[in-house]
Amino acid sequence: MNIGSKMASNIQPGEELLRIENISLSFGGVKALTEVSFDIKRGEVRAIIGPNGAGKSSMLNVINGFYHPQVGEVWYCGQKRKGLKPFQIAHQGIARTFQNIALFKGMSTLDNIMTGRSTHMRANMLSQAIWRGAAEKEEIKNRRFVEEIIDFLEIQSIRKTPVGRLPYGLQKRVELGRALAAEPVLLLLDEPMAGMNVEEKEDMSRFILDVQSEFGTTIAIIEHDMGVVMDISDRLVVLDYGKKIGDGTPEEIRNNQAVIDAYLGVPHE
Amino acid sequence: MSPEILYTAEVILNGLMAGVMYALVALGFVLIFKASGIFNYAQGVMALFAAMTLVGIQNGQVPFSHLINAVFGTQLHHFGWHLPAIVAILLTVVVMIIFAILVERLVLKHLVNQEPIILFMATIGLAYFMEGFGDLMWGSEIKVLDVGLPKGASLALEEYTVGWATEGSQYYGMYVDKLDMVAALVAIALVITLSLFSQYTKTGRALRAVADDHQAALSVGISLRKIWVITWCIAGVVAMVAGVMWGSKSGVQFSLSLIALKALPVLILGGFTSIPGAIIGGLIIGVGEKLFEYSIGPMIGGATENWFAYVLALFFLVFRPQGLFGDKIIERV
Repeated sequence: MNIGSKMASNIQPGEELLRIENISLSFGGVKALTEVSFDIKRGEVRAIIGPNGAGKSSMLNVINGFYHPQVGEVWYCGQKRKGLKPFQIAHQGIARTFQNIALFKGMSTLDNIMTGRSTHMRANMLSQAIWRGAAEKEEIKNRRFVEEIIDFLEIQSIRKTPVGRLPYGLQKRVELGRALAAEPVLLLLDEPMAGMNVEEKEDMSRFILDVQSEFGTTIAIIEHDMGVVMDISDRLVVLDYGKKIGDGTPEEIRNNQAVIDAYLGVPHE
Repeated sequence: MSPEILYTAEVILNGLMAGVMYALVALGFVLIFKASGIFNYAQGVMALFAAMTLVGIQNGQVPFSHLINAVFGTQLHHFGWHLPAIVAILLTVVVMIIFAILVERLVLKHLVNQEPIILFMATIGLAYFMEGFGDLMWGSEIKVLDVGLPKGASLALEEYTVGWATEGSQYYGMYVDKLDMVAALVAIALVITLSLFSQYTKTGRALRAVADDHQAALSVGISLRKIWVITWCIAGVVAMVAGVMWGSKSGVQFSLSLIALKALPVLILGGFTSIPGAIIGGLIIGVGEKLFEYSIGPMIGGATENWFAYVLALFFLVFRPQGLFGDKIIERV
């Protein structure tokens, strides 16, 4: 058990896991997010949608600590989070994928996914250098888990291939694998299906739903394909020009006039 | 065999040995450049500093003795011990690790996310600071470094090869310095250890991950600062090995830090991001400059070793700027 699963151990499914409170983020004079608040409940698939430049990726970057908002609070597992670094947040059980795939291109699929286990490995450098006892046991144990993920994502055939050589769709899948290897409490997916064909999208949707049901992982997803998003998410947040304009179930969002206007491009007053 | 062929073989062999020494220095550059994108100008001075520290510790010199004596009017110079080489080497490793931690704390930490040129300038500053600091700590006189490595010509090889030449010709056997042989063996061992470490351990994997993509590395829970400290530690140890080898060969003095300049053409040949590239680049430069000196040198007045490497590097810059093994630079537009 690592820090993340310990922190989340007393949060039951359906209870609030993460709360974004009144977040404002700006770069110089440009406002990326303005007073956004919403929550993510344990075990749900929570989608963040909105037109291009709405601030969706900025929101994920705030959640995983790449950006620090000027105003507002992030509450995680019932605690207010204070200025943590991204790698510390990763240790708290938040894993993510990136819009423009950020894999370690020179490394094999297996090694890439193994890096995802970083938050579960403890052996110190000296014992690794000597390569004995604890370090070896730990390596084998984690390797076994990684093999399970490889089976789960059906990527056995590319285990040893440097990921830089893989086609786009498979790279996205490896990236998901690396995030899953962390056994995250909260998984952030930034456009996991961008640039995929229908078949690949179906595969990816299936993996996401399987992750949710098999591991009970909470998922926050940014996705542009409305059909897919409405199908797989439990609740949605809609952002436009950095502001929240809608929040609710797919049914509610479909009938929300502000959302419809934003997508159809009704001029702002 | 005619003596000419044997001479040529000897030149190539000596070139390979010299090349290994260049590769050792270049290796330190590549390690840091891969992990943090910093071209560490101070690598040569690190080698000098490590060699000075090793000599100082081994001979029981009191650090900062000149300063202390000047301020307090004391007459401290030596602790009066003479440590075995292995103990002195281990203590030097500790010093280099402390140095790596200090560099991260005092310099790099404050320059995160800055332009590469700014980090480069910082390492230039670091180089001059360390040069002065090393002199202040251990004194600036030329020192003899002796950790018990064998020196001089290998007589066994000479005797073994003397019979190879055709009967009646004047040939006295191959000349290879024993120190060069040891250096080659040590360098090979070092490279094998480093590659095993980076392939098969968690930290090694993290090092490669950071070299590949900083953001992604952070997102899986790897601390960049920790990895940077580790990289600088390893680079410090590599610098120490290079410093010991070069120091045993030509004494510990300021010019030792200039071997870093010899590593530049090696890097241009091998590519800044490739460890095998650094080694092969070193070998090519070593063999190339020795062969050039042997074959063309006499025709144009000799001393070609001073510039051959740089001219070769210039040709590479024109025709293959990414080096032999470096990642091809493709920019999306």
